[in-house]
Amino acid sequence: MKQPFRTAQGGRIDRSRPVFFTFNGRQYAGHAGDTLASALLANGVHLVGRSFKYHRPRGILSAGCEEPSALVQLEKGGLTEPNMRAPVVELYDDLAATSQNAWPSVEHDIGAVNGLLSKLFVAGFYYKTFMSPKSFWMKVYEPFIRRAAGLGKAPTEGDLDIYDKMHAHCDVLVVGGGPAGLAAARAAAASGARVILIDEQNELGGALLSADELIDGNPALDWVAGIQAELLANPEVRILTRTTVTGYYDHNYLIAAQRRTDHLPRRAAGKTARQRLWKIRAARVVLATGAHERPLVFADNDRPGVMLAAAARTYANRYGALVGKKVVVFTNNDSAYEAAFDLKIAGAAIPAIVDLRPEAGQGLLERARNLGIPVIAQGAIVGVKGTKRVAGALVMRLAEAGEAFADTQPAELECDAIAMSGGWSPAVHLFSQSQGKLRFDDAKACFVPDVAAQHQASVGACNGSFELGACLAEGLDAGAAAAEAAGFPATAKLVAPVAQSRAFGTIKQTWVVPSLRPVGHGKAKHFIDFQNDVTAADVALAHREGYKHVEHLKRYTTMGMATDQGKTSNVNALGYLSTMLGTSIPEIGTTTFRAPYTPVTFGTLAGRDVGHLADPERHTPIHAWHVARGALFEDVGQWKRAWYYPRPGETMEAAVSRECRAVRESVGVLDASTLGKIDVQGQDAVTFLNLLYTSAFSKLEIGKARYALLCKEDGMVMDDGIVARVGPSRFYLTTTTGGAAKVLDWMEDYLQTEWPHLKVYLTSITEQWTVAQVAGPKARAVLEKLTDTKLDKESFPFMAVKDATVAGLKARIFRVSFTGELSFEVAVPAHQGKQLWEAIFAAGDEFGITPFGTEAMHVLRAEKGFIIVGQETDATVTPQDLGMGGMVSRLKPDFVGKRAYTRADTARVDRKQLVGLLTDEPQTVLPEGAQLVEVSDDPALTKGGTSPLPAPVPMIGHVTSSYWSPTLGRSIALALVKGGSARHGQVIMAPLTTGAVRCTITGPVFYDAEGKRANG
Amino acid sequence: MPAGTGGSSIFLALDGAWFLIGDDLMSELDRAACTVPLGLSAKAFAEAAGTRLALAELVPPGALNLRGDLADHGFVSKACAVLGCELPRAPNSVQSAGELTVLWLGPDEWLVLTAPGGEISLAERLEEALLETHVAVTDVSGNRAHLRLKGAAAREVLAKGCPLDLHPRMFKPGSCAQTVLARTSMLLHLLDDAPTFDLFPRRSFAPYVVAWLVDAMRDHEGVFLNAA
Repeated sequence: MKQPFRTAQGGRIDRSRPVFFTFNGRQYAGHAGDTLASALLANGVHLVGRSFKYHRPRGILSAGCEEPSALVQLEKGGLTEPNMRAPVVELYDDLAATSQNAWPSVEHDIGAVNGLLSKLFVAGFYYKTFMSPKSFWMKVYEPFIRRAAGLGKAPTEGDLDIYDKMHAHCDVLVVGGGPAGLAAARAAAASGARVILIDEQNELGGALLSADELIDGNPALDWVAGIQAELLANPEVRILTRTTVTGYYDHNYLIAAQRRTDHLPRRAAGKTARQRLWKIRAARVVLATGAHERPLVFADNDRPGVMLAAAARTYANRYGALVGKKVVVFTNNDSAYEAAFDLKIAGAAIPAIVDLRPEAGQGLLERARNLGIPVIAQGAIVGVKGTKRVAGALVMRLAEAGEAFADTQPAELECDAIAMSGGWSPAVHLFSQSQGKLRFDDAKACFVPDVAAQHQASVGACNGSFELGACLAEGLDAGAAAAEAAGFPATAKLVAPVAQSRAFGTIKQTWVVPSLRPVGHGKAKHFIDFQNDVTAADVALAHREGYKHVEHLKRYTTMGMATDQGKTSNVNALGYLSTMLGTSIPEIGTTTFRAPYTPVTFGTLAGRDVGHLADPERHTPIHAWHVARGALFEDVGQWKRAWYYPRPGETMEAAVSRECRAVRESVGVLDASTLGKIDVQGQDAVTFLNLLYTSAFSKLEIGKARYALLCKEDGMVMDDGIVARVGPSRFYLTTTTGGAAKVLDWMEDYLQTEWPHLKVYLTSITEQWTVAQVAGPKARAVLEKLTDTKLDKESFPFMAVKDATVAGLKARIFRVSFTGELSFEVAVPAHQGKQLWEAIFAAGDEFGITPFGTEAMHVLRAEKGFIIVGQETDATVTPQDLGMGGMVSRLKPDFVGKRAYTRADTARVDRKQLVGLLTDEPQTVLPEGAQLVEVSDDPALTKGGTSPLPAPVPMIGHVTSSYWSPTLGRSIALALVKGGSARHGQVIMAPLTTGAVRCTITGPVFYDAEGKRANG
Repeated sequence: MPAGTGGSSIFLALDGAWFLIGDDLMSELDRAACTVPLGLSAKAFAEAAGTRLALAELVPPGALNLRGDLADHGFVSKACAVLGCELPRAPNSVQSAGELTVLWLGPDEWLVLTAPGGEISLAERLEEALLETHVAVTDVSGNRAHLRLKGAAAREVLAKGCPLDLHPRMFKPGSCAQTVLARTSMLLHLLDDAPTFDLFPRRSFAPYVVAWLVDAMRDHEGVFLNAA
């Protein structure tokens, strides 16, 4: 296939390897080494998309990551990606791209009518247009904004690719593989330091890839190749290309996104990660991030074919693609002359270089003359012919001063492209993210790094040093200095290479080029922000309306708020604002630079934290057994706890009832391994526990356990568990499953900060023990088959703890009960848990032993009125509120929370207190969380529904737990009710949407209030 | 399905992965102690791994958590006498003697690893010797699983989920560290320059950590040596 704009030779493309791709369904050919943008340009395609607000035809503005215009949708289905910048999409076989924001096609876009209605879309249009009537917001405005905002289409299918993450550490991180970065990496690596060199392009060299400079008398790319070989041979150097450092955070922590397979033909769900997120900690950072060329703001400067001069040069030199046959060059500085010369040499005609300045840099005019390029000094492009492609430039000469013209009529220069340069903006984004301070360099008309906030240095163009010689020298010095600061002094000073250096020259700060009609008048638009369609007229309007602070201007006009973050537009906007305000740019300052520097895919941020790896799961040693028994699992923290074990065809309700009955009537077993466990040792253990828990342990005998409450400093219940004394100065504590880590940390905190004099050691033993809770009237009979230890009531009373041999395993048995039944908790080392479990089930077979899950456990304990921390409590509940005032010592001189019980608030009689609730209708199970009110016959309350709304009524409490009780054959509930402990027997009601449910307040214990069964 | 033997162990190659189907060094009890059906002995691991990138769950060692005050000379001398091994004093360092390995966990905390089952008598001897001393000897043999990762790419695999700098200059053989891997707390011990890492996750996290590591080894054609 013919590529009409391909140069005859040259460039870094492989002309022997054609690469076929489609754009908007049409097939084109490019070459290996092309980007999508360069391949489109080689085919003469400039019309790439439509703009955000006005649906203006847009082309390719740049040749790099700063691209605001040429955004395309790549691929389809599970591989699709929106807003891909064509200049950084490497071409691969069968690439398929489509235009965005255009319907039915980019050639004929209905949305272009927005351009005619542009008065509606001026600065602040969001705030003006979508204000009234209010009722339009949800149905009209919001859907409109949602459709209009964001150019591409979000994928609707799952992502077929995989992504991962990598941590990395180094002595010196060099960001940018251009001349300055390569010099820095070389110097740093020569010292022996660990170096990571990162560059966003597919190959090292940076700006040298687009130019024809000489280093040490040889082509610059020879020098690049030499350094690259040297670095590759060094095992302490890691080179990451196709990688963008997107964020720079505290303590030299940087984030980079690596595109590992994006340049390869797409295949479904490859085995290797497509993109990788790097998390890098560097002792020293050298930023060599280069600079972005700025557009000139002139009338209709967004027409396809108008592009940055350096980009046009890159396309010609690096990719062998001409941006046009006749290219007018428009500039306010010297750098565009190089573009003009190279384009001319590559085969394009240059009708003129239009220079805003009266005078170009030394020697440039002579070279132009030799190449036959006319130069129009003090000239301006005042208009562009053509809409979907540049057809001509209207040029006038400026008067000596001000905005007046020296000509009366513009001259038309026929051309098919305009290459412009409005100067250069150092890429200070990462420097600024790291909290470095900028200063404005008036001579170079750009912001440059001033004061660094972290251990870093900026070198080369990102430091405002645009000359090659300076780039190389700065890089070398900064690389050596960074390595030395990281502890690797240079063994020998490297000699800076000699490069032909051209001085930066002068620049004319013309922020908006004068046009035939003033800005804001007539049809012409002067674009500042190409991606968000913000024009000079918008900035002027915002200024007239009083938006004078740059951060206000940004938000009001949306300038710089697109995904390009204003890389090409911010400084032009600031410059224009400063002109209108009559102040200097430094007085205005910049907007904040934020991560990410360029967009990062969600996949990269998620990495492998998806699917079965999304979150760590914790399994008990019995997990596989539960799975084999068909258990369903409940998440408790990260633990998977067996919830209930349905038999084939059994409903949850039937399964839970069966499990409850087994415990009440025979014997059941619960996997209680997840409870937190803490080993406390030391001569001050009793003192320590007395200070932490509300109850006293001085009299707790060895071999005995006690249920105990932990309260916070405010006296509110924080956790509960068992405190078992297993030696003179040794205790075994349990915590709730979810509270384990928190409670241990809290205890350590007190031990280390408040009572460091106490001789106590705490050790987590949560995972050391597998615990089988054997509960039910037959529990003793089952265990007696497995141990010689006497388990009868006298030998092993309620709340006793003994070490024993169970099923041949060294075990510890706790006679405690959370179900209200006779119950033994048997603990063995975790790695022997499965043996214990299987032995218990074998022994219990004759009794129909039944595994029960957390749901049955919840029902059984609620029948007994036992609380669950976090269900009956919510950090506003005291032990007294729970009817556990007896567990709060009155004798201990101090313990955490004690002072709180002297506060008037904790003594209020109308505090919410724990009660039982029995619904009048026994079949009705209240929903947990239901609000409770006094009985009322207001039909709005009793009949349910939401209309008419009842008059506000005081809420006197809420339901904390509610179940169908298989044991009682009716519903039961626990609730917190104001003054509830004095209201037993009274009727209140729960107004539900289905009608009010009347219920009677009772004590919280519904079953075996005397505790005979657990004691039996 | 090629099968092979390596010393005391029998292997089966299936779908590109090697599975250990027998290891005569271990009792059924030892194997059942692992979180996967077939735990390996260290010897079987070495034979099966060869020079490849390999991961396996090993039979967990006997483990005691030891707390005590280094400034208390009585504690140090008595503990060392029972252990027959110095207590590592430098942060994140490890001392070994015979089948005993002592890992530094904190200024007053060590993890003592011994042969499976050896922890019971060792605990008794320590407690007897340190009767009048402020110490805590706690059996934690069930607290952690024991994974071993070996091979040239092991550091790269760990770097996918571990924020610690494991570069040979920074983390040398004989070092240990309590860190994070795959968002779970992890005790690492570097044994040699192969490199061979011992990983000790909390036991309940082991299945997740193994699944995460198997996934992370994908780029390096690593093998998981335990049968799934």
